[in-house]
Amino acid sequence: MDETLHNLLAPYKDKSEALIPILQHVQGELGYLSDEAMLAIAGTTGIPESRVYAVASFYAQFYFTRRGKNQTKVCSGTACHVKGAARILDTFERELGIACGTTSEDYEHTLETVACVGSCALAPVVVVNDEVHGQMESGRVGKIVAGLNTNGG
Amino acid sequence: MNAINTPADLGPMRDYCQAALGRQKVRFLVCAGTGCIAGGSMAVYQELQRLLSERDINVDVELLYEGKESDAGVGTSGCHGFCQMGPLVRVEPTGTFYTRVKAADVPDIITATLDENSEVERLLFKNPDGSRSVTEHDVPFYNRQQRIVLDKCGTINPEDIRDYFAVDGYQALAEILQHLSPMEVIDIVTASGLRGRGGAGFPAGRKWLGCHKAGGSPKYVVCNGDEGDPGAFMDRSVLEGNPLAVIEGMTIAAYSVGARYGYIYVRAEYPLAVVRLQKAIEQAKQYRLLGENIMGVDFDFDLYIFQGAGAFVCGESTALTLSIEGKRGMPRVAPRPRTTEVGLWDKPTLLNNVKTYAFIPDIIRRGADWFKSIGTESSSGTAVFALTGHIANSGLIEVPMGITLREIIYDIGGGIPHGGTFKAVQTGGPSGGCLPASLLDTPIDYDSLDEAGSIMGSGGMVIMDENTCMVDVARYFLQFTEEESCGQCVPCRLGTKQLLEILKDICKGKGRKADLDLLYELSHSVHGGSVCGLGQTAANPVLTTLRYFKDEYEAHIFEKRCPAKVCKDLISFRIDEEKCAGCTLCARACPVSAITGEKKQVHVIDQSICIQCGVCKEKCPTKFSAVECVSPKLVMEVA
Repeated sequence: MDETLHNLLAPYKDKSEALIPILQHVQGELGYLSDEAMLAIAGTTGIPESRVYAVASFYAQFYFTRRGKNQTKVCSGTACHVKGAARILDTFERELGIACGTTSEDYEHTLETVACVGSCALAPVVVVNDEVHGQMESGRVGKIVAGLNTNGG
Repeated sequence: MNAINTPADLGPMRDYCQAALGRQKVRFLVCAGTGCIAGGSMAVYQELQRLLSERDINVDVELLYEGKESDAGVGTSGCHGFCQMGPLVRVEPTGTFYTRVKAADVPDIITATLDENSEVERLLFKNPDGSRSVTEHDVPFYNRQQRIVLDKCGTINPEDIRDYFAVDGYQALAEILQHLSPMEVIDIVTASGLRGRGGAGFPAGRKWLGCHKAGGSPKYVVCNGDEGDPGAFMDRSVLEGNPLAVIEGMTIAAYSVGARYGYIYVRAEYPLAVVRLQKAIEQAKQYRLLGENIMGVDFDFDLYIFQGAGAFVCGESTALTLSIEGKRGMPRVAPRPRTTEVGLWDKPTLLNNVKTYAFIPDIIRRGADWFKSIGTESSSGTAVFALTGHIANSGLIEVPMGITLREIIYDIGGGIPHGGTFKAVQTGGPSGGCLPASLLDTPIDYDSLDEAGSIMGSGGMVIMDENTCMVDVARYFLQFTEEESCGQCVPCRLGTKQLLEILKDICKGKGRKADLDLLYELSHSVHGGSVCGLGQTAANPVLTTLRYFKDEYEAHIFEKRCPAKVCKDLISFRIDEEKCAGCTLCARACPVSAITGEKKQVHVIDQSICIQCGVCKEKCPTKFSAVECVSPKLVMEVA
């Protein structure tokens, strides 16, 4: 086990009841749950590997693959949906050149939808790297993506 | 004063906090709800602080508590509700209410308030008749509301427990610790008629009694803040705006049922709510309001936050407790003991929604009769809704039960914007239904909404205008429940999948006559055969749209036409030759180069290339309005 992982997991030795907070903590630090991390969690807590995977794969929050540097989340809540979120998503897919739910090959971008970010009064909403863009129009997508490509390298 | 060592300390504490806050002549309260933050309210807050400091005004709250006077201060508050008009700033004590405030407006606000004793006219809410409203009470959006749970959200700083003390915070807990037995508290909750605000409306008093009577130790009190319905943000706003009301309510519940530990289950998607709760719990501990010997009496209660990991089904009580235990959140199969008897770690557990707990302190302080006097006979109190969609005034509202949908939509919501026509109102999220204009006079209460085929739900209310396709809405909700089905029972796992496939086909113009009957039949099977509430209610969006908007299904199936012009496979865009001025805007914007035409010449869309993205229609200047959307699809001319 590499050292970062070892230090991360040290406080959780044999604490099988804290599985979800552990998964959250590890993903928060490492960005996603690698095979190595999953095995280390099982080893440290004493929970069978199969159960660690069963639990982690049940919840939408956990990722098993590396994520892009820039994360774009198009809200697909009801208010956003009736105000044209689908069209915003289509435009992001075209502008970023990746399908929803995937990461670009150079790990620059990840594009996905979220169920609701609770900013329904600003619908349709897009969250780009934790910044909320409200009352989106497909015409504004190009500018946002261009900004990411300049700033993000 | 930095701790409550006996319940009798609460009165002096309130006076102390009120006196300190009273030393500030003016207070600018900047809304720090999620909506306003997204709109830039923190820049407004910083600018206020900067400019007041430049005037050598002491804005440090701590100095007030040391007895120093101050001309003005700045604070952040939770959500005021009127998110659409954000960022919002409220000036106390006058109550002056500013909307759409930018950092650049701050100098004018300060000058008007501190030097001229006036208002900045342009930032006041503009009524449809052109007049301006000075305070929230003058704004139609607010003056038809009755705020209890949301009352303090926009007026106190949720990150300072002393603000909560100043508005009678913890008086209810002090009262019961001094004078009431657990059973007496439960009697008050029962008499108030409070029903669970998570959606199902189970009488809170009966649930509390069940947990009180259940044997087993330790007992748990759990707050369900796994607000998963898309289009809903009521619980989030309460947790962010007045976290201590929820914590005080839970502490009272713990005393009543005899619980030693509590959990607040919050969606991980609500980072701000988590931060505010952490601060609130920390401060409550400092003041001896959580932990051992609360207020110096023989009563211990510890409270923890559990962050959900993104599973809608965890809003179901048994799934939620399993999730806290670190397991997959799959609802337990009936018959099963009640959660009040066998819940978290198989111990008696009281599980209520955020708002249910938030009502408790007010009910204790003001009495069961007061609460019962609000609302209707069977549904007492108020209901909180997130009013969103095609509505002029979007935001968070709290209204007495029994008010009609029409009053909410037209009096509070201001009707449908841009001259649109009302088509449907959706309540209850994926478990609820869509109600048509003919039911606008339905009163809001658990039973009336149930009868109409929808549910009260936890408070999402999405308004839809004529540009919404009801088949697409049903498809949208089924896609959601199909994804969120935990998969353990066949009716839900496969039933939602098949319902979704049929709805997708109809939206694509591949619907068959028999599909309508099949949708009914499948809906009833999913309803009757599923293990938990998610599956049992999953078909509600289908059943209500079939019941009230059958003509739209028929148009899709028989005419291959989408009346609302939403379903991509059934629409085409075309350019009106008479209207097109050849400005080339559409051709330049078209992502697939489907539009051809010379400058100042009529443009043409090649239907074989067009992907129906609608950018051309968006780009076409209003003065031309040359691009139109038609349904059914244009038949391609063969060259």
